[in-house]
Amino acid sequence: MEIFIQNLGLLINATLIATPPLLLAALGSCFSERSGVVNIGIEGMMTIGAFTGAVVAYFSGNGWLGFLCGGLAGLVLGVIHAVVCIQLHADQTIAGTAINFLGPGLALFLCKAIFNNSSETPALDGAHKLPKLFDGVFKAGSFGYNVLNVYAVAYLVFLFAAVCWFVFYKTRFGTHLRAVGEHPEACESLGINVYLVRYSCVILSGLLAGLGGAFVTLATVSQFRPTVIVGQGFIAIAAVIFGKFSPGGAMKACLLFGFCSGIKSLASMSNAVSPNLISMIPYIVTILALVFFVGKAHTPAANGKVFVRSR
Amino acid sequence: MRGKKKGILESNVLYTVIALIVGFIIGAVFLAAAGISPAVAYGKLVDSVFGKPKYLLWTLIYASPVIFTGLSVAFSFRTGVFNIGAEGQFVIGALVATVIGILVDVPAFIHIPLCMAGAAAAGALWSFIVGLMKVKRGIHEVLSFIMFNWIAFYLSNYVVNLGGIRRESGGEASKDVLASARILFPESVRKGLDCSAANAGIFIAVIVAVVIWVIIEKTTLGYRLKAVGFNNDAAKFSGINSDASVLTALGISGALAGLGGAVQILGMGGRLSQYAGQEGFGFQGITVALIAGSNPIGCIFAGVFYGAMKYGGSKLTMVQAPTEVIDIIMGCVIIIIAISHVFKAILKRITAKKEA
Repeated sequence: MEIFIQNLGLLINATLIATPPLLLAALGSCFSERSGVVNIGIEGMMTIGAFTGAVVAYFSGNGWLGFLCGGLAGLVLGVIHAVVCIQLHADQTIAGTAINFLGPGLALFLCKAIFNNSSETPALDGAHKLPKLFDGVFKAGSFGYNVLNVYAVAYLVFLFAAVCWFVFYKTRFGTHLRAVGEHPEACESLGINVYLVRYSCVILSGLLAGLGGAFVTLATVSQFRPTVIVGQGFIAIAAVIFGKFSPGGAMKACLLFGFCSGIKSLASMSNAVSPNLISMIPYIVTILALVFFVGKAHTPAANGKVFVRSR
Repeated sequence: MRGKKKGILESNVLYTVIALIVGFIIGAVFLAAAGISPAVAYGKLVDSVFGKPKYLLWTLIYASPVIFTGLSVAFSFRTGVFNIGAEGQFVIGALVATVIGILVDVPAFIHIPLCMAGAAAAGALWSFIVGLMKVKRGIHEVLSFIMFNWIAFYLSNYVVNLGGIRRESGGEASKDVLASARILFPESVRKGLDCSAANAGIFIAVIVAVVIWVIIEKTTLGYRLKAVGFNNDAAKFSGINSDASVLTALGISGALAGLGGAVQILGMGGRLSQYAGQEGFGFQGITVALIAGSNPIGCIFAGVFYGAMKYGGSKLTMVQAPTEVIDIIMGCVIIIIAISHVFKAILKRITAKKEA
């Protein structure tokens, strides 16, 4: 029984570490997709955020500053994606592909330029990472330690998901962003500034993806490496589709995928099941969900379509 | 004269050249900002491609797989779908070619075609499933392709680590495929060329590119597929089965990417390594297809260009310049090609003013 509780604690702990980056990126993706702009560049935005976060924290010694700057780096790529897709009417999937070249390319280029041709940043000191919530309160390894003593941001992220839900369904901006993703022409005739709404949403998605990436290097891994993000941006997109493009749904999906990743890290300790097989679960679940449940659900009607302002 | 001028302004080649120039300029800015002389870095890039005949050979070796993924994406563009899953189809093709190459022991004249056919079939299937989901359940292909890319990625890593496939020592990779499956030139030729990996991949790529060009431009099949891509409703109205066309197009596109995976393994690679991150052949194929303006013959040249960038880029570390500058350049090139209609409109306006 004791072992069971301890393992459960470890599993919850691993889930709480794996979920926040996915959830941050997924919430960003929700904004972008619901406003009608496909953003498959999330992966690249997370990567640049992960790198920037690690570098700023390394030089400033301040984890929070690193976290913020990671978000800003993602935001910059978000701005590029927004200008190219909204103002210049580029194909959104192709623009996203370009972002996925630029994000990791820039991150590794700068990393090598700054750290003498090394593709990894130096490991961060524990004090320079993001703070944990109840450091020193619980005995190391106890259930409470595993469940409650996680990075403060992990809890903030769930709070933030609630805020996003509120913005989506209880505010004017939320109504506008959902409407703009369905029928931009109608919105324009009602005097809604379609471009402005979409700009805000895409740039916000860059910011959130950057924050998600920064969480990985500032909490989970404590350094930037080329393989630090691999696929998490795409998992976040999967979570958004799985969660039917709503913040609440995306949160549930991220928890599920975070749980998968928790099982993976536990299983890799025991070597019972191949971690590669477990890594496939989120993607296979998404495919099955698409085929059997979500397929009939509604994707934003104007998603991926170029909208040209009539003025 | 005026007609000719208009022709140039409307041709995509001009904008592709502009995109490449701008890409290189932005790359130079980053190099300079990092304290590396762009002249030295780009000089090294050119020298590593043209410096010796064997460098050119290496460029062609690097080019062969990306020509295939470029063809795959270009074919999908021409038929109105977007195969962002060439990455996964490439991985699955490489995996199947590796497994057949290791486990089946037959003479070369059977072994090579068997590996190729297996890889093409696997790539086609990987893409076909996505097509089925699109046709039967209305699921957007871009989304399912991305999922299938990662399933292929982890599946490959899983199989590479299985007993019987994994090599006993020397890193996280498969055993070497049998010599009978390799498409390398005979040893004496390779010695003569001073290039250990010289292989027939580029010839296969060129032949396939020509075949694809013929299919698209000269056959009723190509006409039908293009019609569906151009205007689905009109094609349906004129009696073309659009579902079957989408599935055929995706199947062929997937087979091309799968073949690319086989050429990579049977040619240069010789074995399959465990992936740490996506290798990017499929995404490079998107760039190749964009540079080529989705023309299969253009894919040969765009692929060779990309091969040169990959091979030359790998030598940049010798002058302390990060290889990733290539990714930055290519990212910019993609963006500029994606917004080339803006330049087109501006140039048209300027010439219209001049004429008026």
